[in-house]
Amino acid sequence: MAHKQYWKGLEELENTPEHQQIVENEFQRDLPVLDMSDKLLNATTPRRDFLKFLGFSTLAATIAASCEMPVRKAIPYAIKPDAELLTPGVPNYYASTFVDNGEYCSVLVKTRDGRPIMIEGNNSSSITQGGTSARVIAATLSLYDKTRLRQPRANGKAVDTFEAVDTPIAAALSSAGGAVYIVTGSMLSPTSKEVINRFVAKYPNAKHIQYDPVSYSGMLLANEASYGKRALPSYNFEKAETVFSLGADFLGTWLSPTEFATGFMKTRKIKSSDAKNVKMSKHYQVEGMMSMTGANADERATCKPSEYGKVAEALYRAITTGAAPSLPSAKLNSLIKAAAADLKKGNGLVVCGSNDVNLQIVINAINNAIGANGTTVNWAATANYKQGLDADMVAFVNAMNAGQVGAVFIHGVNPAYDYYDAKKFADGLKKVKLSVSFNDRLDETTQLTNYAVPDHHWLESWGDAEPKTGYYSFIQPTIAPLFKTRAFQDSLLKWSGASETYHDIYNQYWIAKLGGQANFDKALQDGVAEPATAPLAGASFSGNVEDAITKAKAKTGGKYEVVVYETVALGYGGAWSNNPWLQEMPDPITKATWDNYVCMSPKTAKEQFDAELTGINQVERNKKVLKVKVGANEVALPVVVVPGMHNDVVAVAVGYGRSKDVGPASINGKNAYPLVTFNGQTFDYANTASVEKTADVYAVAITQTHHSYEDRPIIQEFTLDEFKKNPRALMESRKEELDHYAHPHWMGHHEENKDADLDEKAFEKNATMYPVHEKPGIHWGMSIDLNSCTGCGACVIACQAENNVSVVGKHEVLKSQEMSWVRIDRYFSGDPNDPDSIQTVFQPMMCQHCDNAPCENVCPVSATNHSSEGLNQMAYNRCIGTKYCANNCPYKVRRFNWFDFNGADSFKDNLYTDGQRDDINDDLTRMVLNPDVTVRSRGVMEKCSFCVQRLQDAKLTAKKEGTPIKDHHITTACQKACGGDCFTFGNVNDPESEIYKQRYVDNKERVFYVLEQLHVLPNVNYLSKIRNTNMIVAGSDKNEMAKQHI
Amino acid sequence: MSGYLRSKSHLQRASLLVLTLVFSFLFNNVTSAQDGKALFQTNCASCHNPIKDATGPALQGKSKEVPSKEWLYNWVHNSAAVIASGDKYANDLYNKWNKTAMTAFPNLTTQEIDAIIKYVDEYKAPGGPTTDGQKTSEPEKDNTWLYTIATLVLALLVFILARVNKTLNKVANDKEGLETKKEVPLLRSKLFIAIAGILILSFAGYWIVNGSINMGRQENYMPKQPVFYSHKVHAGINQINCLYCHAGAEKSRQAMIPSANVCMNCHKQINEYTGTEKLITYEGKEVNGTEEIHKLYAYAGWDPVKKEYKRDAAGKIQSSPIEWVKIHNLPDHVYFNHSQHVAVGKVQCQSCHGPIQEMDEVHQFAPLSMGWCVNCHRQTEVQFKDNNYYNIFQKYHDEIKEGKRTGVTEAELGGTECQKCHY
Repeated sequence: MAHKQYWKGLEELENTPEHQQIVENEFQRDLPVLDMSDKLLNATTPRRDFLKFLGFSTLAATIAASCEMPVRKAIPYAIKPDAELLTPGVPNYYASTFVDNGEYCSVLVKTRDGRPIMIEGNNSSSITQGGTSARVIAATLSLYDKTRLRQPRANGKAVDTFEAVDTPIAAALSSAGGAVYIVTGSMLSPTSKEVINRFVAKYPNAKHIQYDPVSYSGMLLANEASYGKRALPSYNFEKAETVFSLGADFLGTWLSPTEFATGFMKTRKIKSSDAKNVKMSKHYQVEGMMSMTGANADERATCKPSEYGKVAEALYRAITTGAAPSLPSAKLNSLIKAAAADLKKGNGLVVCGSNDVNLQIVINAINNAIGANGTTVNWAATANYKQGLDADMVAFVNAMNAGQVGAVFIHGVNPAYDYYDAKKFADGLKKVKLSVSFNDRLDETTQLTNYAVPDHHWLESWGDAEPKTGYYSFIQPTIAPLFKTRAFQDSLLKWSGASETYHDIYNQYWIAKLGGQANFDKALQDGVAEPATAPLAGASFSGNVEDAITKAKAKTGGKYEVVVYETVALGYGGAWSNNPWLQEMPDPITKATWDNYVCMSPKTAKEQFDAELTGINQVERNKKVLKVKVGANEVALPVVVVPGMHNDVVAVAVGYGRSKDVGPASINGKNAYPLVTFNGQTFDYANTASVEKTADVYAVAITQTHHSYEDRPIIQEFTLDEFKKNPRALMESRKEELDHYAHPHWMGHHEENKDADLDEKAFEKNATMYPVHEKPGIHWGMSIDLNSCTGCGACVIACQAENNVSVVGKHEVLKSQEMSWVRIDRYFSGDPNDPDSIQTVFQPMMCQHCDNAPCENVCPVSATNHSSEGLNQMAYNRCIGTKYCANNCPYKVRRFNWFDFNGADSFKDNLYTDGQRDDINDDLTRMVLNPDVTVRSRGVMEKCSFCVQRLQDAKLTAKKEGTPIKDHHITTACQKACGGDCFTFGNVNDPESEIYKQRYVDNKERVFYVLEQLHVLPNVNYLSKIRNTNMIVAGSDKNEMAKQHI
Repeated sequence: MSGYLRSKSHLQRASLLVLTLVFSFLFNNVTSAQDGKALFQTNCASCHNPIKDATGPALQGKSKEVPSKEWLYNWVHNSAAVIASGDKYANDLYNKWNKTAMTAFPNLTTQEIDAIIKYVDEYKAPGGPTTDGQKTSEPEKDNTWLYTIATLVLALLVFILARVNKTLNKVANDKEGLETKKEVPLLRSKLFIAIAGILILSFAGYWIVNGSINMGRQENYMPKQPVFYSHKVHAGINQINCLYCHAGAEKSRQAMIPSANVCMNCHKQINEYTGTEKLITYEGKEVNGTEEIHKLYAYAGWDPVKKEYKRDAAGKIQSSPIEWVKIHNLPDHVYFNHSQHVAVGKVQCQSCHGPIQEMDEVHQFAPLSMGWCVNCHRQTEVQFKDNNYYNIFQKYHDEIKEGKRTGVTEAELGGTECQKCHY
């Protein structure tokens, strides 16, 4: 094959001269000092001046050093809370619930000395099962967001007391002519609904409507038509054997991705010890854009969103009548045929991301036809994640504009930004006499309201959620409110003249519901109260399928169609737009940070829009700006080529281009919500668009080839059939390559045993001239299952939160100087011009903690060295910043602090500022830092430490218990964050440990080490990717270049 | 492990026994069954005084007032149970003391309770001021300056005599017509310059290196604290267990400075300093202990006259934290965990903090330098055979069995590796 097998970007695939030049340079861009001070470097320094500088600096250093140590205070509590509740220096964990406009995750919040610093998944929840997402973990940073409102506001001015808003609001309410609207996001909280009902009871002309910025009205209405219930069912991805997704990004953003990903990944687990009987779900995806879920699919084909109706019909007919599909592409036809066959086998599930009612009715019909109702589609516990009806919202905006609305209360939503016709909303709001926002910041809507009465952050409040009917989940405060905020329920109660507080109602409600204080206490401690046995039931389908098919098919497309989508990091926008962690998290597919852009297939970009500046688009960070127009609305954004996009489809993410009052990190990019349309029934997120060239260029910070392996073999991938036929294929190829070094001929004759495994011990010992170092007690090791990684980035953010990893800002990312300790490498294979051929693999990559580490030998000061537990240690204070280690690391996982990113330096004004990421250094935001991890200063190298602070803590716990260390003592941050159980970590010396079993018992045939042939002896192994498909596009040819490099 | 013990010589076994005894002595809350005073101070003193009513009643003679010895044992072991059983005497007592429940001490044996009773009944109020040991000896006269002057005078004398000798020689030579060698001034002598140069460089180098190594170290740092709190009085004379106040030392990385309400557990009743030991500051000023206790009251919000906390309208105690000056400062990149050393390593507080029980004002006893830490890690043997955690080190267990080693030091378990303390 002329092309490489796996490539991160087109430039790597083509291996252009520009790309070669970049990978050869250790530092891809100019050194930061160069663009800072050209003058200094070009200045001529005569000998006398040199001596003067020398004298001055010596003197300055002496004076600085002889200064007295500062006096530090140790201030204990005046009156310490109960000793059992709080010991300074020991973390407390509180079960709580992440709820964000209907998105749900049960969590444990780690607090240190009274402040939440880390969020982890809660295993007690049967819904999210300990899984988390990037946003869930990043919520701590949003708590300490500097741009949160710190007090109520009245008529554009901050006021000091709640009386200053309560009195005028109560007065205005009593004299408000016209309707009173309470607009919230999808509300999961039963007690908040109770409070709203009391308010509505007090003001009979009041109405509560729920509004979802990214709406699922189509599904709600379709279910009403098909099943007579305006509700969403629970989807049991855990039980699915075949999943067909029509444009639904259910692993990344669709409905309840944490739940679905955690469940679905359980069907992708493979044990090679039982390879013959291995079972694995099969995942088909048909979509227009390249979504994260599509990237994980076993079989994928593309079509325009306007053709979804035809695809659904084809699938329906193939299942019900066996009719052969006749769709525009051959791949689509074969995929539909195969999917129909698999779905009919039972335990199938079809989901669709469209908001079109008729299309969803067809999907319901398919699910009914394959018998999914009552198996993978559960109607016994309906999901409450999304409840908003688009028509309600449109009617409300029309009523405002007609002057029929007297008062509006807005909670948790921001229509002035995310409503499809934001201008109409804003105009209407101006006609309302009393408008109140409970939002946490001066967002686009709050700027327009008369009053702002900020609600607590969820980490500061009491609350509850009913994510599914009968499943309860609780929110308890983990910190006292930081600012002068008030629970919105209390505000509503106050204005409705109630004497009770929300907390009273909350307690009464749950004590009554759960049957006593003791039950309630237990539920609070567990975080959830769930039915003992999960109810399961189907529903009877009825409806006019043919009519729905005709209508769904009738949708007309255009030359180009634009898909408006949520990114995995930011979601619909909201407060997340100002979260620097999420802004800097590379998108799973595009690996772009800090911006939104127009995603476009490489072929279209090259042929139609001339969007390749240097022959290969990716090397050049400046991208051509395109104008995408839907109706009269247009956005101009840079183009980013994405293999796997349908050639006639472009995609633009929402959540960017915010008002500067939302926060400095949120202003990049453009708002894409104006590209949404309303079809009279629901919002449409995919529309016909025109795309035009402009003369502008714009730099996008993309990390995808910042750490190139220069085509060394990194990924091992097999089809399920190949694997079943010969599970030992990987082991054999490893053996073939390494056995020669494990048993060199000069060491005498070695009995060749074909069935024996690779002798790793002999390879470790004999393939080097250095002595092997013992690991007497503990030998840490990590195993990463490529089959379980969806690329969602939860581990990236968890690592950032746990290890105080710096945010560097867009300017530095452009220079390849991002700091993340764990990155997710995304590899494509296939033909970039044929979107249907693209296969994608995600691979989390962090320090491999090599036992024979190349970085260690080259450090002149031994700042990085090896521990007897197999850790590649990094002593920051010994590091003098030569960066030799980074240069010598074959995995490119070492990160250098080019600047003082976190205020760790002694010199105050040394801080790096770029105008966007700087809030991260505010005293308030710094409360999120983990006190057990050193904040690194300028000039030192850093990298993954295997969460050594957790390892040390685990060992200490075991020592105090007087027991040998076991798996349950230790989890690394990335491991805990991953809902898919991608990571296994533990003591390899312990044969009872999970890591030992993965490596040497259950999955030894799938184990491989990246760049093992270098004899660096990594302590991180990977398990090969098994794809349930017919062909691995990357082929199985031995890689030519890889051999040259050894 | 038993095999290991069997292979030991008698001497080693004996020393082991002694060591075990010493440790159990140091780390048991219940020190010795007969030591009523210590038991009283550890368990009872925070609420009771032998002869004065405090949080609880004065205890002297109470053992004779209660219904029976048995009753008393039950009461001490679990007073709530006695009250709940409907016992009349118990309920009367409970009501009389405003329903203040007494902590249960299920671990105290009957002998120990007897020892406490014995101590309490025999207790006498500290007598009047004694004059013993009050003689302040005159500080010894410092004669250094005398010696200095004498040395200088003598040196001058030597110098003058040498010059006189030289001049006389010259005069004598002139007289005899001999030529006097021309004298090279000392400062221009090459040999002198060379020697002086080397000496200056070596001293300067030594001084600079030492200075920079010591930069940021604060051995003997003894700042003035907002309250003159004497560890000598509390930990030394009154034998209060270190962990009573520094409760975090066993649980947390921080030993914890006690909050004012912990102080008030005892100082609700101890409102004056009656100790015989005078409290002298580093500068030599005498401190009035009672005044210092009243400083505590101000912080804690305690009204010593009404014997109750001062509260604001919302019922919140009007207290403010004491802002102690931190003495032991480690740089940010050093991770130190008290519980690792105290609970697991069984290291005594004094090993690092010095004779704290003798310090009126605390100073930093150890250099807290990395060399000092590492030295200890190299020399200290861990509790290898007593803690099952170390079972994972099969190799060392085998070597001990084979008699190749007697113990395992912290360094051999990786205790000198960078990421044991720096991360």
